[in-house]
Parts: sequence; structure tokens; C-alpha cells
Amino acid sequence: MLAKRIIPCLDVKDGRVVKGVNFVNLRDAGDPVELAATYDREGADELVFLDISASVEGRATMVEVVKRTAGEITIPFTVGGGISHVDDMKRLLRAGADKIGINTAAIRNPQLISDGARKFGSQCIVVAIDAKFNPEWGEWEIFTHGGRNGTGIRALEWAREAERRGAGELLLTSMDADGTKDGFDLKLTRAVSELVSIPVIASGGAGRVEHFHDVFTEGKADAGLAATIFHYKEMTIQEVKDDLKRKGVEVR
Amino acid sequence: MKHRASTHAYKECLRRKECCNKVIAIIDYGMGNLHSVSKAVERLGYETVVTSDADAILAADAAILPGVGAFGDAMDNLRATGLDAVTKQYAASGKPMLGICLGMQLLFSESEEYGTHTGLDLLPGSVVRFQGDYKVPHMGWNKLSFRQPSALFEGLEEGHVYFVHSYHVKPELASDLLATVDYYQPVTAIVGRGNVFGMQFHPEKSGDLGMRLLEGFLGLTKHQEAAV
Repeated sequence: MLAKRIIPCLDVKDGRVVKGVNFVNLRDAGDPVELAATYDREGADELVFLDISASVEGRATMVEVVKRTAGEITIPFTVGGGISHVDDMKRLLRAGADKIGINTAAIRNPQLISDGARKFGSQCIVVAIDAKFNPEWGEWEIFTHGGRNGTGIRALEWAREAERRGAGELLLTSMDADGTKDGFDLKLTRAVSELVSIPVIASGGAGRVEHFHDVFTEGKADAGLAATIFHYKEMTIQEVKDDLKRKGVEVR
Repeated sequence: MKHRASTHAYKECLRRKECCNKVIAIIDYGMGNLHSVSKAVERLGYETVVTSDADAILAADAAILPGVGAFGDAMDNLRATGLDAVTKQYAASGKPMLGICLGMQLLFSESEEYGTHTGLDLLPGSVVRFQGDYKVPHMGWNKLSFRQPSALFEGLEEGHVYFVHSYHVKPELASDLLATVDYYQPVTAIVGRGNVFGMQFHPEKSGDLGMRLLEGFLGLTKHQEAAV
């Protein structure tokens, strides 16, 4: 059967890793390619680059980063952030990215999911969903801009719509759990995982190794994503995998 | 010759008989990203030429048929460029050839992906869709079970490799089946007969084990020399 995947996420701005990186023994800890290669060696199953560049030049730099990364690492990687056209996808896939993550642009224009899936195959299209519990609705709402802007869209409906349009995978971030280190949002993850038949990557809230076990069993996720805890060496990927293996969860 | 040569530079090398390292042709027929495959081969110390030129392919020490996309489109592209015949000719030459992902499926007789399509028919068998109450595509890391000894994985331990596919191969002959993985059924992962091999997963995206398997294949170019 398929192994559960552990995925570190790197925030990249103008070709440099910006958030919380604490690796020793690196020539250049801000170089996304070198970090990617390090995570590859440490047993990461996949990587996600989130491009937070605001400028055209920054985005052009990302294509170079992708090209260099593709030549260095031996695991699949996803690039997301600011991708709003099929042409952007093509440029990044050509440069060597395996998958493209789309978020706000897909909410504005859901056709982007369909177009991308038809042109490059569903396996290339990852729809990122940032969800926050809306107490009035009793269910989750989609937010954009790092959880600042509500959209009035129900997360579960959107997840189903994304699947229907050909998304190959969902990257589900809980805005409630993100940054808390209290564990993944198991209710949200489970609700989405049970609703769709495409893989769900859970994100937000990982703080201890056992949180991954919880999200794979109780949350029914296919993969778990984290950033800071790996960057700051609060835990290693191997520690997470050892814990999962001990508890009978299949990992690579 | 540079690490990765243009078709022109490679042919120039051949003409001058200056090629010294083993050269691996990555067959370019307009399907998918060939960058990662060629980079992986280069990292293992081989020269690569990404090409659709028949002479360049036939002169190479080993050939890789990659591919991402639909079976029918891929066969159309191969036929339109005459590369279907070149690939068959290469297989008949006895030099090592490897199909990766869709490239492996193309080695077989036929596929039912969007209608019935004839393949290269180098190995007997058909390509069928995953069907059942489970997630398709089969995407992610799955653990190989070796079914019989092969030079490709001599000395290697069974481990996880990375798959992305919605169709899978049913080889007609058990003797062509070298490794499987379990995904609600045994799924063909590595096939081989004589000098022709296929990997359903992406060795270039499968971590250390993937690189070792690719190395196992590329190592066959050395046996080749010993045999001559």
C-alpha cells in the first residue's frame, strides 16, 4: 500500500528561503536548492516551495530555482504561490516542477483548475485550501491572504468542486491550527478526506511527532506538511517516521 | 563531449570518433519533462543526449523512453516522427533500453486508455485502467517486491519508489515480470526481457533506491562491452 508522506514546505522570496531556517553545516542556509537537497537526504517524501515574491523579477527567479532544484533532488516537488495562468504552470512544469499549487487564483477563477488538469494532467494540479471554522455556519470557510480575508465559500463545497474540476490533490491548511503547534485540525482534515477521493495533504499545527500519527489515523490524511518545526530542527523527518513505523503506519 | 550534448554536438563526436564515455539517449517525442531524467543519468556519471534524431539514438550505448501523458497521444507522436520504428530497431540491437512510466506502458501490445491503441508490442501484454473503490491515480510511494532476480536490482533491498499513474500493465508472460507493488492488487512495477526493461515508477523521483535502480540499468552498458 501507499506510504504516508512527510512534506516540508519552504517559503521562498526572490529566490531566497525566508522563514525560519536553522540548519547548520550548510554553505548557504538561504539557498532553497541546498535546503531542498538536505531535506531529500533526510528522508522527505516530497517538497513544497511557496513563492511569496511580490515582483515580476522575483517570480522569474523562482523559475531558476525550480530548474536548479530539479537537477539536484530525487523526490517530487510542488511549486505554489501567485500562479494564476496556465502559462505560469507550463513555465514551472517545464523547468522541472512535478506539481503546481494554486490557491486564490483558483477561487477567483475555478476554470484554472479544469484548464490545468486538462492540459497537464490531474496529477500536476494541487489545489491549496486555507480553511477556518465559521461558528455561525457550524462548518469551515475558505480564507485568503493568510487567513485575513473570508470568502463566504464553504470549504467542503469547494473541496468537492476542486475535485470535480480535476484537482489531483488537496493541500488543506487549517488557519485555526496553523502556528499553534497543538496538532493538526483533525476534524477538518477528516471531513475533507472522507468527502473527496483524491489525496489530502494536511497542513498547520504540527508541533510534536505524534501529531503526524494522529492526522494519518484519526484525520485520514494521505500526507502531512510542516515548515517551522523542521526548519528549526524541533524534530527531524526521521523522528517522525520512526514514530509512525513503531505505531504500524507505513512510511518510506 | 559535454555532460549533456546537443544532437548536433553528439553526431559531430560520433563522426570524429571522439566519444569516450557511455552516452545515453533520452528519446524526445514531445511527451513530458525530460530534464529530471537526463539530470539523474548525468549525476550517475553518464553523458546524455536528449534527442529525436534516429542516428543519434541508434548510436547511443543505452536508450531511455520516458513519457508522461496519454498512451494514444504518445503512440501518435512516435509514429508521426518515425520514432516507433527507431525504438523497435534499438530494442532489436541488443543494447539496453528502458521505458519509464508511460514509456514502459508503450513497450506493450495495447492499451485501453481512451479507446484501444496499439503499442510498440516489444513485450506481450495490455495496459488497463485501475478499477475499484480506491483512489486513482495510484500516486505516491509504494514498496517493491522483487519477483525474480535481475541485474537491475542485484544487491538492492526492496524499498519504496514513487508512482503516478491511472493505468497499469498486465504482462502476458510471468517471465517478463520482475517486480510488483501492492495497490489493492499486485501492480506491475518493473518488467524486463533480454535488453528491454520498463519501470512504471519514476526512478528519477524515487530517492536513493530510484537512483540505484537507474544505475543498475545503466550498468548494463558495461556488461555490453564485456560481451563484445
